Amino acid sequence: MQADLILFWVFAPISVASGIGMLLMRNAVHAALFLIVNFFCLAVFYLVLGAPFLFAVQIIVYAGAIMVLFLFVIMLLGVDGREDLRERRLIAQRPLAALLGVGFVLEVFFAVRASVGFSRHAPGGFDTINEGGNAQALARVLFHKYFFPFEVTSILLIIAAIAAMVLAQRKARAITQAEMEARNASREPASAPRPVA
Amino acid sequence: MSTPVAYFLLLSSILFAIGTIGVLVRKNALIIFMSVELQLNAVNLSLVAFSRMHNSLDGQVLAFFSMVVAAAEVVVGLAIIVSVYRRIRSVNVDDAEALRG
Repeated sequence: MQADLILFWVFAPISVASGIGMLLMRNAVHAALFLIVNFFCLAVFYLVLGAPFLFAVQIIVYAGAIMVLFLFVIMLLGVDGREDLRERRLIAQRPLAALLGVGFVLEVFFAVRASVGFSRHAPGGFDTINEGGNAQALARVLFHKYFFPFEVTSILLIIAAIAAMVLAQRKARAITQAEMEARNASREPASAPRPVA
Repeated sequence: MSTPVAYFLLLSSILFAIGTIGVLVRKNALIIFMSVELQLNAVNLSLVAFSRMHNSLDGQVLAFFSMVVAAAEVVVGLAIIVSVYRRIRSVNVDDAEALRG
């Protein structure tokens, strides 16, 4: 039994268990932490599959940036654990969803058995593809064959940043004197108006 | 490498199914969003596995692009969730059933 098979059998149950844990957790913070465990497991799989650059990107971008953003929003909104999980809109939504998930896994199982096969190993010679290091090899492909998509990606990131700013900004508006008085009156209905400091 | 590629594909499909069930079952918009992230990661895993199987780096480049798109998607999606929360004071998707603001 070789090292990569041991790694697979150690980390595959952890990744599936953390995914199910994310599914079952009521508290959004706990779900986010389970998702981080899952992302680390996937990073290990990238390393096993000969993609050390994606391993680093997975940890930096997903486990670092994206999950920190998630936790930041969870803290900002102050979401508590009271999630109403009752089915109100659709009958038998949860059993049907589970059925869909199991059906999907079975479908992929039979498709993989018919096409790839369970005894087919990855061919050797991946080290020659990764000549000079995975990052260099990836850069050769990225900056020659996929140069135009790469540039389009930069535009996409700028659009996303602008969109986030537009969506999340608060509509600032000057408050008139009458509105201020009405707000103070509604806040303290019985007492006398507060003296102006 | 002694692990068959099919194992990674099956693991990827299991994670994708978990993400799909999460999207369909959960009511908290943030957890639905995390499930979408899980689905994206599952597909990335299968892309990298296919890249290894075909001895080509194209799959890894595609996984890289999908990570970039996922980052952009998270930024916009979380901004939408924050602005919806400001309006209806809830992240439960059942509370956001009216299309008008």
